[in-house]
Amino acid sequence: MHELSIAESILDIAAAEAATHHAAAVTTIKVRLGNFTGVVREALEFAFEIARQGTVAASATLEIESVPLRTRCPSCDMTGSSDFCFICERCGTPLDILSGREMQVESIELAEEEVPWIASR
Amino acid sequence: MDRVSVVTDIRQANQNAAHENRKVFDKCGSCVINLMSAPGAGKTSVLEATIREIAPSFKVAVIEGDLETTFDSDRIRAMGVPAHQITTGSVCHLDARMVAKALAVFPPDGADLVVIENVGNLVCPAEFNLGEDLRVMVFSVVEGADKPKKYPLMFHTSDVVLLNKIDLLPYSGVALSELLRNVVEVNPRAAIFPISCRTGEGMEGWIGWLTQELKTRSRQALSTLKT
Ligand SMILES: Nc1nc2c(ncn2[C@@H]2O[C@H](COP(=O)(O)OP(=O)(O)OP(=O)(O)O)[C@@H](O)[C@H]2O)c(=O)[nH]1
Ligand SMILES: [Mg+2]
Ligand SMILES: [Zn+2]
Repeated sequence: MHELSIAESILDIAAAEAATHHAAAVTTIKVRLGNFTGVVREALEFAFEIARQGTVAASATLEIESVPLRTRCPSCDMTGSSDFCFICERCGTPLDILSGREMQVESIELAEEEVPWIASR
Repeated sequence: MDRVSVVTDIRQANQNAAHENRKVFDKCGSCVINLMSAPGAGKTSVLEATIREIAPSFKVAVIEGDLETTFDSDRIRAMGVPAHQITTGSVCHLDARMVAKALAVFPPDGADLVVIENVGNLVCPAEFNLGEDLRVMVFSVVEGADKPKKYPLMFHTSDVVLLNKIDLLPYSGVALSELLRNVVEVNPRAAIFPISCRTGEGMEGWIGWLTQELKTRSRQALSTLKT
């Protein structure tokens, strides 16, 4: 279950960002996840539910945008959405990957810090 | 409510730690292999066979990653090669920080080759860079010709794919040609060697490739020292 360590990394990134912005809580985390990564979306969602407990993102929603695998031939420029065949069908050259390997925290939404003297009054 | 753009790679923290490991390896002058496979495909057997062939000419050190037990590091130490065991407990892969911890107590000073045997797993280790020069994958041919397509990531991200246990091909019903075609499709840039650790068949191809690689790298290291 390496999705748990991925979820923890996501939460670390969000927590660091919340701290720099003096936010009280993280409410949403947007992630871009390529189709050609070792991460299973459902497993990540499940791991996130567990890992977020007790963190600044304890009630945050995880929004995952899937990024499809796209390839390009460096020799004839043909682009495609290879079905895990990384040889150009036109000219036989090994293909380069354009997208699909992403694993990125794209943005987060923060709740503003409660002003302490209001909270304690 | 505030929306903050972040755009940070989730693998960044691991990548930073891998970069630090890289510096340690460079200082030791070691070429580093991240050896990966599904459980039982033959990583430790390949390692033993490789050490037998190259140990006279190159100094080897081994870092073993397993969920539990020191069986694999015991096997390597029995050959007179220094080995350090990492037990991950329940974590299904090694990450760069675990390797950093190992390096703190097990510096591979003077080793020409450091092999890090990853935890047996066909998916997870592929996403975690350890600071290696080469990614070498072992695949047991009896698991089926379709596996490169079903589990493409490790095949795709490896520099070398060793198709092990070819002595079992006659009993397995697996066509080596079909398996080869699938590996090439998933990774047309990989060096592929069908081998058997049991009979030694095909080993000379892999050993020749590795020896060449080690020689080229030590020459490059020498010339960067001089400049
Ligand atoms: N027939 C045959 N058996 C092999 C070959 N290579 C390894 N084996 C056997 O496969 C089994 C697993 O080998 P290991 O080298 O322990 O595999 P591993 O990948 O290190 O295993 P883990 O570290 O536990 O994931 C052992 O029983 C080996 O003897 C081979 O080429 N042919
Ligand atoms: Mg082993
Ligand atoms: Zn082409």
